[in-house]
Amino acid sequence: MTARGASPVPLHHRDLLPVLLVPAVALAALPLVGSFSTWVTLTLAGLAMGMIIFIIASGLTLVFGLMDVLNFGHGAFISIGAYAAAVLVPSLAGFLHADSLFYNLVALLALIALAMVVTGLLGYAFERIIIMPVYGQHLKQILVTVGGLIVAEQILVAIFGPVQIALTLPTAFRGALVFGDVAIERYRVIAVVVGLLVFAVMLLVLNRTRIGLLIRAGVENGEMVEALGYHIRRLFVGVFMAGSALAGLGGVMWGFYRETLTPAMGMDVMVLVFIVVVIGGLGSVGGCFIGALLVAVVANYTGFLAPKLALVSNILLMALILLWRSRGLYPVAKR
Amino acid sequence: MSPLGGIILSGNPPRGVALTLILLAILLGLALAPVLFPGMEALNVAAKICYFVVLAASYDLLLGYTGIVSFAHTMFFGIGGYGAGLALYSLGPSWSALVLGTGAALVAAVALALVIGLFSLRVRAIFFAMITLAVASAFSVLASQLSEFTGGEDGRTFRLPEVLRPSFHFTAGPFTMSGRVLAYYFVFAASVVLFLLLLRVVNSPFGRVLQAIRDNEFRAEALGYRIVIYRSIGNCLAAAAAALAGVLSAVWLRYTGPAVTLSFDIMLDILLMVVIGGMGTLYGAVIGAAIFVLAETYLQNIMAMISHATAGVPLLPLIFHPDRWLLWLGVLFVLSVYFFPLGIVGRLWRR
Repeated sequence: MTARGASPVPLHHRDLLPVLLVPAVALAALPLVGSFSTWVTLTLAGLAMGMIIFIIASGLTLVFGLMDVLNFGHGAFISIGAYAAAVLVPSLAGFLHADSLFYNLVALLALIALAMVVTGLLGYAFERIIIMPVYGQHLKQILVTVGGLIVAEQILVAIFGPVQIALTLPTAFRGALVFGDVAIERYRVIAVVVGLLVFAVMLLVLNRTRIGLLIRAGVENGEMVEALGYHIRRLFVGVFMAGSALAGLGGVMWGFYRETLTPAMGMDVMVLVFIVVVIGGLGSVGGCFIGALLVAVVANYTGFLAPKLALVSNILLMALILLWRSRGLYPVAKR
Repeated sequence: MSPLGGIILSGNPPRGVALTLILLAILLGLALAPVLFPGMEALNVAAKICYFVVLAASYDLLLGYTGIVSFAHTMFFGIGGYGAGLALYSLGPSWSALVLGTGAALVAAVALALVIGLFSLRVRAIFFAMITLAVASAFSVLASQLSEFTGGEDGRTFRLPEVLRPSFHFTAGPFTMSGRVLAYYFVFAASVVLFLLLLRVVNSPFGRVLQAIRDNEFRAEALGYRIVIYRSIGNCLAAAAAALAGVLSAVWLRYTGPAVTLSFDIMLDILLMVVIGGMGTLYGAVIGAAIFVLAETYLQNIMAMISHATAGVPLLPLIFHPDRWLLWLGVLFVLSVYFFPLGIVGRLWRR
């Protein structure tokens, strides 16, 4: 078997069909929506939403791809990331409320950095305490990570209370940019930039660095990597921390998007994340990217065209994709 | 073992004196609940234990015996609750409405379980966990959005057939029984029968094949068993039993709504019950459900008492804060998975 088939990144694939899915869906929706400006607004909003979902889902699929661990506790890191940011918000109030894009961005970056450091460190602890004893046992992994999720959520309730907390957007990110008839919320532009950055960095690290090479090799054949003298355990922990930090980043983005935080917010969004990951193919970063955009765009179109149907559009989309490719768009070959 | 016990318990009686005594105590406590524990709250708790035993036991059929994790069990529970509830609501309080609603719920539950199984069990078991979670959440959104049909977030309140109403009084010689108590015994008897049926299933040749697949998929396949078919049938049976548990909950509560049947919290509760009680033992479901429902109702009061009593001591009041009970059950859950994979029942077996 060549390394291509199992790469978590679809860069070298000849298989471009799934890449065309999002443009195809968007084009198909154009005549149905009717108005061009509405269509542009819907599409851009959907793409931005998809970017946020991608940020959240990428960590989960990365961890699954390398470690074969399905982490239901991922939702906890989303909530924790958002709450970590909320804790820092009062001390950055000056920067956040300043009517200056630069100061707002600095503040947002500081919040993101804090959230990622906190969730990354907690990810280290989670991997050591919760997951390490159950490598290779799927059933126990699911149970234990769900247990970890319950405990983490309850700790958040204990610290912050069960009620909602407001998280207001920085001044410069509020409102919308208007071009003629097309309106784009400013925050969605930020989300697109962050999402593309995350995707680009992940692709670069996985394909162009030594660590990325080891990770891809580890996905392919962990024992062989270990036999060649690399500490695959250390690699595992590193990837798990990165995955958790990505969840933290996603939590901040998601929290600002909803502008309210609840301890259960992570678990609520996990449903969407699982659908995205299943559509993309478990363990595939590229598939996850396409899946996230597809889910969000389809949800937006159906929400506009048939609001009642939008409630189940994700499930229908997943069913269709699984009928087409029963392991998702880009299955990670071996598993 | 007496032949009678062998037939009733499907040749799988609880092993060990302590376990037998605890199970007998639970059985007697539930059977005599209306006499032993007067008051509506106690009867509510007893009835809740009854139908949660069925729900947890049917989940154990999946988790413990088939080795697959489903997050859609509350969906089937809800289908049962809504099936019976909506039938009684729209067709009026008659036995035929109850039977019709139950039948429709069973058909819907089994059909849905089959479709989900065909989509996800064919690839790999880990897909199943994610897909069931997604489907269950979509179902719960649908149930609360189609409000003209389901009553939305408020759910539906309905009346039972006359015999089961609180106003009804059944008199036989010196004994008088209210319809409420009759309803309790209806729930209790149905729960006992359903539990014994599930015990029958897991101890049948079919149940043995499920366990073989759980323990070694490849070997079972090599022996000629069609894994997907066995898992799908197991999934459908569990779904049907969960739907019946839902019917029982609707009969007892005289109400059906998303919060009492479909919420993800209930899913986590079932998971806690089965794992803490003991996966793959079925008797664990009885102990898990009893402990959990009792803890949910009474532990908070006890914790509040301890919290007040230790008000001067640092940290202790925080630990025993009444809202922390789920936190401690969560910790217990994680510890059970690591150290007591067979839960409480597994501990008691050793003795």
